Amino acid sequence: MSRTATTTCLVLVLGGAALLAVLNLALPADAPLHVPTYTVSLAGKYLSYAMLAVAVDLVWGFAGILSLGHAAFFALGGYAIGMYLMRQIGTRGVYGNAILPDFMVFLNWKQLPWYWHGFDNAFFAIVMVLLVPGLLALVFGWLAFRSRVSGVYLSIITQALTYALLLAFFRNDMGFGGNNGLTDFKDVFGIPLHLDATRDGLLAASAVFLAVELLIARYVVTSRFGKVLIAVRDTESRTRFLGYRPEAYKLFVFVLSAVMAGVGGALYVLQVGIINPSEFSPANSIEAVIWVAVGGRGTLVGAVLGAVLVNLGKTYFTGALPELWLFALGALFILVTLLLPDGLLGLARRRPRAAPAGPAPEPEPAE
Amino acid sequence: MIHNDTLLYLDGVTVSFDGFRALNALSLVLERGEMRAVIGPNGAGKTTMMDVITGKTRPDSGKVVFGEATDLTRLDEPAIASLGIGRKFQKPTVFEPHTVWDNLLLALAGDRRPRFTLWARQSAEEGERVEAILQTIRLAEHRGRRAGDLSHGQKQWLEIGMLLAQEPQLLLVDEPVAGMTDAETEQTAELLREINRTRSVVVVEHDMAFVRALGVKVTVMHEGAVLSEGSIDHVSADPRVVEVYLGR
Ligand SMILES: Nc1ncnc2c1ncn2[C@@H]1O[C@H](COP(=O)(O)OP(=O)(O)O)[C@@H](O)[C@H]1O
Ligand SMILES: [Mg+2]
Repeated sequence: MSRTATTTCLVLVLGGAALLAVLNLALPADAPLHVPTYTVSLAGKYLSYAMLAVAVDLVWGFAGILSLGHAAFFALGGYAIGMYLMRQIGTRGVYGNAILPDFMVFLNWKQLPWYWHGFDNAFFAIVMVLLVPGLLALVFGWLAFRSRVSGVYLSIITQALTYALLLAFFRNDMGFGGNNGLTDFKDVFGIPLHLDATRDGLLAASAVFLAVELLIARYVVTSRFGKVLIAVRDTESRTRFLGYRPEAYKLFVFVLSAVMAGVGGALYVLQVGIINPSEFSPANSIEAVIWVAVGGRGTLVGAVLGAVLVNLGKTYFTGALPELWLFALGALFILVTLLLPDGLLGLARRRPRAAPAGPAPEPEPAE
Repeated sequence: MIHNDTLLYLDGVTVSFDGFRALNALSLVLERGEMRAVIGPNGAGKTTMMDVITGKTRPDSGKVVFGEATDLTRLDEPAIASLGIGRKFQKPTVFEPHTVWDNLLLALAGDRRPRFTLWARQSAEEGERVEAILQTIRLAEHRGRRAGDLSHGQKQWLEIGMLLAQEPQLLLVDEPVAGMTDAETEQTAELLREINRTRSVVVVEHDMAFVRALGVKVTVMHEGAVLSEGSIDHVSADPRVVEVYLGR
């Protein structure tokens, strides 16, 4: 979480995205250094995952909230932008209905459900990308933190939350496209999505949003607020006897994190071109936690590193040895937990000051 | 029977855990500016009494009145802390990843709300207050160290410093010298006396030599109630106290 690590990460993310975009756009397709558009979108997808990872690290690494349901906020952000993209299709859909998305026509619906109104407006949709995950986190967090639910119980109810949403979004009569979700998008802000330049622009946007997210997260955790948050993480009851209200601190950071995850989800959907209920599956949230553990919990930068590396591995495995991916992921998680409790970033950090001081004992909770 | 100079008044406080009475109609009156030592065998209910005063545990029955007429049993921990009651835990509890300085800064009396701490910058006045406390608790040279790297005794002092930073009217100190060297114990007694010049203090302690060194009124607890009260010589001569301590 040091300043140099953050700066390095920002340079790599922004520079890397710019480089890929330029090599995609400026070079002819047969040039040796040309980057295929497929790779550009893949990189953009990794960066949107990195946004989810940073959001998870913010609550897990600094507030001790092990959320096993963060993919729900990611997916909700994705659905919000997906609804906008659906309405942009207009008469170009299979059924040529100017108002109703194809799946509604298929279900014989005559009217747009009330909650689809407004999503033809980009500004409204962007507000919803922030508001929907944020509001859900606010209500959920308010209930959970106020009743002092923490630790494994909290993890379980976050998992239940995303599972409930998974089941709900699967239903056709929810009006979100059921099993198939939302797809066949044509353009965003009037720009065709299939153009190379659009893909490059979305990658660049992902890099910029990730950078902004990292800077905000870093500001929060290094502020006095962040110091209180770390104190809450380690010795919650002590902070209460000092007059702090841990639930207020957790709630703020949980909502902020959910909003960040939602933005990541919106960028994800713009680049993969589909959002369906499987994004709510509990395994997705657990994977996000693994990215953070691999990179290094409580470091922010490690979350980015972990998300990108693990997903590179996933892309490779699902291409070459698809049946082995889950085993590889499981093994990776076990290895990291046992051998690298501070993740890859901890490995880099430990080396320079290994011998003299020795690791300090972990603080125990006061109760 | 409550005088104007009563700071804390416990009246018939009872706490049960699964039918076991940790506090049994405990009553206690603390004067403003007083320092009181509370002794008693393990399990007498001393820590539970502090839990009740600070809002961690709600009593089954009884009253806890602070100052003029504030009923503490209706308030939660942060609210009670904000009223001016600070607490030092039996096991030293400091914020280990933070520096000594930051531990004190976070404890300083001030706005506790996220919307304030999110934008807070350390003011010159805050710096001076932390500096002054560092001198009092004799940790000035350790200001930049990670609190987790301090020795046991230093952590105890840091925690007392954090209490001071809260600027409470009343300090509750649970077994401050457990595990301390003789020299550290002596310095701690001195520190508490210094603190008592401006604030009321309740100290729970096993160490008789330490209690004697404090030279204050002593309350002996046994099985959740007050067994005896008075000067250290008075209570040590009380046959019931002798029986409880020797009968163990
Ligand atoms: N949360 C709790 N649940 C059950 N029993 C408790 C709890 N807290 C304290 N006790 C019991 O209450 C009694 C008083 O404990 P305590 O106040 O810690 O004693 P002391 O601090 O005087 O040694 C002990 O027998 C202890 O086991
Ligand atoms: Mg005790």
